[in-house]
Amino acid sequence: MKRVPWLIPTLYILFLMLPIYWLINMSFKTTNEILGSFTLWPRDFTFDNYIKIFTDPTWYNGYINSITYVVINTVLSVAVALPAAYAFSRYRFLGDKHLFFWLLTNRMAPAAVFALPFLQLYSAVGLFDTPIAVALAHTLFNIPLAVWILEGFMSGVPKELDETAYVDGYSFWGFFFKIFVPTIAAGIGVAAFFCFMFSWVELLLAKTLTSVAAKPIAATMTRTASTSGYELGLLAAAGTLTIVPGAFVIYFVRNYIAKGFALGRV
Amino acid sequence: MNKTVNQKAWFFVLPVVLLVAFNAIIPLMTVVNFSVQETFGDNVFFWAGVQWFEQVLQSPRFHAALGRQLLFTAIILLIEIPLGLAIALTMPRKGPWVSVCLVLMALPLLIPWNVVGAMWNIFALPDIGFLGRLINGLGIEYNYTRQPFSAWFTMVLMDVWHWTSLVVLLCYAGLVSIPDAYYQAAKVDGARPWAVFRYIQLPKLKYVLTIAILLRFMDSFMIYTEAVVLTGGGPGNATTFLSIDLQKIALGQFDLGPAGAMSIIYFLIILFFSWLFYTLMMKDEAR
Repeated sequence: MKRVPWLIPTLYILFLMLPIYWLINMSFKTTNEILGSFTLWPRDFTFDNYIKIFTDPTWYNGYINSITYVVINTVLSVAVALPAAYAFSRYRFLGDKHLFFWLLTNRMAPAAVFALPFLQLYSAVGLFDTPIAVALAHTLFNIPLAVWILEGFMSGVPKELDETAYVDGYSFWGFFFKIFVPTIAAGIGVAAFFCFMFSWVELLLAKTLTSVAAKPIAATMTRTASTSGYELGLLAAAGTLTIVPGAFVIYFVRNYIAKGFALGRV
Repeated sequence: MNKTVNQKAWFFVLPVVLLVAFNAIIPLMTVVNFSVQETFGDNVFFWAGVQWFEQVLQSPRFHAALGRQLLFTAIILLIEIPLGLAIALTMPRKGPWVSVCLVLMALPLLIPWNVVGAMWNIFALPDIGFLGRLINGLGIEYNYTRQPFSAWFTMVLMDVWHWTSLVVLLCYAGLVSIPDAYYQAAKVDGARPWAVFRYIQLPKLKYVLTIAILLRFMDSFMIYTEAVVLTGGGPGNATTFLSIDLQKIALGQFDLGPAGAMSIIYFLIILFFSWLFYTLMMKDEAR
């Protein structure tokens, strides 16, 4: 192990890539080839599965719906978490510690517990089957996470920065937007990344709160899998396409990702 | 950092509190309502007291699901935490490979959970999946839709695949925060690799490891989508974890009373463990 320290990470990455390769491999095969034979790469290479997804509105609308609620959720979560995280990192106020823990408890609530009550709640306020409903529902676990991450990053910024700015004649909001926000830009990026990630991967609430108009891609996939039988190639192509936005986003935050996973606290 | 007392800070947290309260308190009260009432349909409810709680706590079905859940979470933590730590320790710290490693390792974390389930479902199929073919080719009989052991094996392997990277990234973040001077000092003192790990790296990693255990505990205890897509709780009830059982009762049978009571018990278990971890963690931070 000492001589080849790269062996363990290499083997691990290989293990990570294998199922992904299998999925991509399958997405370029025809249904006949998938069910009829066992091949390590597509012999009968086809783009049909992808063409179907990009031309059939029930498929590509799924992607549009998913991205819509993920973006709304990310913007909303980070926007409201910013001032709250600032308050937690700079001030002491009545019930602050209890409030912070209460926020975190919502990150611990199993989605299965909330699925049915959420359905009733969002039907009652008339938001059922809209991207807004899913975006709002996902704030339940994303806001606490965003507050936690941002608080970590903000606590790393010395308080002298705030005081110097006031001495220089900045108003509070002038300081906040012109000096403080740029200082913790990396933290905001990381928080946004996490909100994006958890909203993008969640399915249970997204599926429960939508039916037709705002159906997320993940739900389109499960419903296709059950209704039209065994269209594995199509399913694999749709699955492959859901990996793309994630890969794209990771690439942008790759330099902050490690620090971000430690919630900005190391 | 010493903080100033400022009650006006409440205005800063107000939007967060309102949004989260709307999402948390109203549904939670709905669940509480279900859990203490009996209904015969038509939205007519009767007071049922703690009847549902007694029923759930005494039912063998709940005990079985809870037992499976605890076993699963224990296996997951025992594999993922040491493995993640080992990978983080052997990962490159400098150079072009760092970004490559980080991006590739983070990839499974950004795949929608049902796609993870579907991907493993296909990957492990005995006839057309790579993994199923491989294991059967080695002469071991493997079929995760029929044998409970195979189903568990696949489930654990899938979770290790999906989430070990989270532990790796957390530990890695802790490791890169250790100043080079520490290592140089250890070198001067002639410390062996084990001593470096035990007295320099491990203390620095304590905090990130706590977060890793906390997150892995919570998320593996709440596992739903991946498991449903992979095995649907089967074969039989072999992989019916708490969330799956809860959904079967709530949406499948529409038994709102027991489902409500079970939700609250379930939530309280997670809350208790998380409070425990959180308290330990904050004690360390205050020190």
